[in-house]
Amino acid sequence: MTPTSSTTTPGVRVGSERRALVPAALLGPGVLFLIVFMAIPVGLLAFYTFFKRGRFGGVVFEFTFDNWIKLTEPLYLGVIGQSIGLALIVTVLALLIGYPMAYAIAGLSPKWRTVALIAIVLPFWTNFLIRTYAWILLLNNAGWVNQWLQGLGLTDAPISMLYTPQAIVVGLVYMYLPLMVLPLYASLQQLDPALREAATNLGASPWRAFRTVTLPLSLPGALTGCIFVFVPAMSNFVIPELIGGGKTIMVGNLVRDQFLSARDWPFGATLALVLTILLVLVILVQAAVSRRLAQGARNA
Amino acid sequence: MRFPYRITAVAAGGVALVLAATSCSSGGGEPADPTDAGPQELVVSIWADYYPEDLAEQFEAETGIALTIVHHTTNEDVVAKLTASSDPGGDVAFMSGQYAQALAEQGLLAELDKSLIPNETNLYPEALELAYDPGNRYSEPYAWGTTGLCYRPDLTGYEPTSWYDLLTPRPELVGKTTMLSTDRWLAMPALKAQGHSVNTTDDAQLEEAKAQLLETKPTLLAYDDTTFYAKLVSGEAAMVEAWDGWCNYGIAEDPSITFVIPDEGADLWVDTMTVLESSQNKDAAMTFVNYILDPEVQTWVAENILYKVPNQAAMDALDPALVEAYPTLGITVDELFQQEVIVDLGEDTLKYVDLNSQVLATN
Amino acid sequence: MPETSVNPPTAVLREVEPSARPRTVRRPRGILIALWLGYVFLYLPILVVVIMSFNDSENLFVWRGFSLRWYPELFSDAAMMQGLGNTLIVATGATAIATVLGTLLAYGIHRYTRGGLIRAFAIAPAILPDLLLGIGLLTLFALLSVTLGLHSVVIAHAVFATAFVTAIVLARMASLDPSLEEASRDLGAGPVRTFVRVTLPQLTPGIIAGALLAFTLSIDEFVIAYFTTAPTQPTLPIVIYTMVRFGVTPQVNALASLLLLVSIVAVIAAQRLTRLTGSSK
Repeated sequence: MTPTSSTTTPGVRVGSERRALVPAALLGPGVLFLIVFMAIPVGLLAFYTFFKRGRFGGVVFEFTFDNWIKLTEPLYLGVIGQSIGLALIVTVLALLIGYPMAYAIAGLSPKWRTVALIAIVLPFWTNFLIRTYAWILLLNNAGWVNQWLQGLGLTDAPISMLYTPQAIVVGLVYMYLPLMVLPLYASLQQLDPALREAATNLGASPWRAFRTVTLPLSLPGALTGCIFVFVPAMSNFVIPELIGGGKTIMVGNLVRDQFLSARDWPFGATLALVLTILLVLVILVQAAVSRRLAQGARNA
Repeated sequence: MRFPYRITAVAAGGVALVLAATSCSSGGGEPADPTDAGPQELVVSIWADYYPEDLAEQFEAETGIALTIVHHTTNEDVVAKLTASSDPGGDVAFMSGQYAQALAEQGLLAELDKSLIPNETNLYPEALELAYDPGNRYSEPYAWGTTGLCYRPDLTGYEPTSWYDLLTPRPELVGKTTMLSTDRWLAMPALKAQGHSVNTTDDAQLEEAKAQLLETKPTLLAYDDTTFYAKLVSGEAAMVEAWDGWCNYGIAEDPSITFVIPDEGADLWVDTMTVLESSQNKDAAMTFVNYILDPEVQTWVAENILYKVPNQAAMDALDPALVEAYPTLGITVDELFQQEVIVDLGEDTLKYVDLNSQVLATN
Repeated sequence: MPETSVNPPTAVLREVEPSARPRTVRRPRGILIALWLGYVFLYLPILVVVIMSFNDSENLFVWRGFSLRWYPELFSDAAMMQGLGNTLIVATGATAIATVLGTLLAYGIHRYTRGGLIRAFAIAPAILPDLLLGIGLLTLFALLSVTLGLHSVVIAHAVFATAFVTAIVLARMASLDPSLEEASRDLGAGPVRTFVRVTLPQLTPGIIAGALLAFTLSIDEFVIAYFTTAPTQPTLPIVIYTMVRFGVTPQVNALASLLLLVSIVAVIAAQRLTRLTGSSK
């Protein structure tokens, strides 16, 4: 196909000065909004990380690196490491569960597709705390599942399912599943079936066609989904508290404790920022990777 | 295709609608019970279900001041909000004593004008000299109590009397206990069991407490600050660390539940009423505080929330049947004052936060 | 299905009438089982919530018999009703702002930037810990002496909602075929017209997915709302969270069940409406 640029059809070409306005008009409002309401607040708190905590919260303007040094203590590194580990498991599980679901939904007829999407999201229009209590009701030692198991004679004593790291993982997967399914669906739904059909026409089995055509093309959506799940999983503090029984804490709990209990805003901001920097790096990598993949897919 | 235009139109309409709606509704909020009895309005921030349901109506009927009650979640949240923005709205804020102390030192609380609070004399003399705010300059006590063991005798099989019953539980009780993990109440049982003060800042003592707490952790079912009484009622737990008033909610569902203050002693916490320095209605706010301190009102409060109030006349007027059903209401002031009042530790509060983090983070 | 045997390069001709050919590959049977299992997982707690809304008990955890009492009590609970109203206002506003800003951003980023910087910036709010954003915004509003209210929450929620919409629409844009736009330009349409008539329709499923996500996240968001709203204007998550201190009664379950019912009815109604007006995806 001939690569086109607007210069080949003179009558239609938009002047180059006007062309510069277009990106500004598109990006301007959003970027401005985010600068004022995200960059500046975060910048404020980032600024605070180099100062000392006020006695009761807030900041005293004496410059120090102490907050960043404190970060390297084994306690904090340990919690960060554990959180990363748990969040990774949650993300992988969400991907394993979410991908087939998104794939199935993308394969439905348009009418059912919308219904299916709404059905994914609908549970999350009930309050998260209520849903968490529902899980507790189901899984606790005197809860429904244990009662059923014992009633059916399958077990003698209650199985301890709650207040463990495993329970936290389940809780987090449950909480963030739609964040995985929706971007995946958006990506899968757009895929040109002709590409896959071409592969099968050329002799590939359905599985091979899926693996070599569909899977790579859906990677941008999958990566987006992974980010959407990994990030909040790291900073959630309600699930580790209620479902984990407070026995396993994650970075989110640490951040909250620093801001609220310790009233140590500089250190709380430091923890939160480290987390954020880590994740921004991950996003940059993801952007580069998915751009490369999309190029590759287009050229295929 | 008209579809894309429709989206744009809907979005634009939506934004316009919402901006209109928000500017209409965020004029500072409407009072819950608008009356025509005078222009005064008061906003009071308190924990949910920690006051009689018709408090607003009764107060307005009595004083003509319109009352809006808003709920807050924890002490820490209130302090954080006040620190971030010295005027987050509101006139009266309920908070625990040690937090009132901290905020007062920051100058965020108004000094109370006692001429507007004559009912203060109804308080027990001891309640006028509480360590976190001697003379009640910035706060008036609303409810007080202690922390202890809340348990089900049928599940424990015996009657615990020591913090060690919780810290080093009998084999059959392993996995059936919970502890509080918030603020100072995680460390308190260990500190008391080891004979130290709840307000200690001595590093060696805190280390000792931490060591004990780390040993206890594997034996716990969970840390629970809110639903521990439900765990007792359902039988998931046999014995929990609990605030005395809160244990009553369990007793309300299962009268066999029992509360005991361990022999080693415990803390004395006080929930107080404060007037914010940023309030525009300080006089009305203090009228509210005064209203609460009226003995009849405090009896009514105690009966509703099942907590002890620091008001002698009020406690004497409590229905004896209620006290019999909820023995913690019968804890005398002398018994209460054998426990230690919790005070703010300023910078050293960090030590407790670090201790909590370390205990909770270690597997 | 004669079209499927045509070679891919001539797909351009077919692409001009996207609705004319089947858009999906047939899925293996098993995949639907996976979908249904997923739904069971998602709805099991919902079932519990609904059942427990009929619990005749003061606390959520022990069943004490069947009762309908929480439903009428719910409506006389002014705080809950107010919280519900506030939440809906905030969610709608934030979603509207986010959808517009996010789509524009996504298009702009995809078309006009090569580097990941603006993209990372646009998506950053989605990854900020909510406490950081909440307290940061509160500090900013205090510095600017902005009175807190629902408007401040709308703005705060719009911040992270925009990030999600941008990310989802971007993911979709990455799979778009640029030849369509070029064809449109070649045929004489200006950039705005091309955007509105060619690009936007293709993006619509992504935009809808993003808006849906933004709305969902907003109605259940607690931390940021807590710090950026006036105390007299709580959103529903705030109202519920503050109830936790003294026990969560089945009344919240009744509320949740009712909301679920209303949502289902609304969705069915929307389905009927779109079918009547004949829009296609």
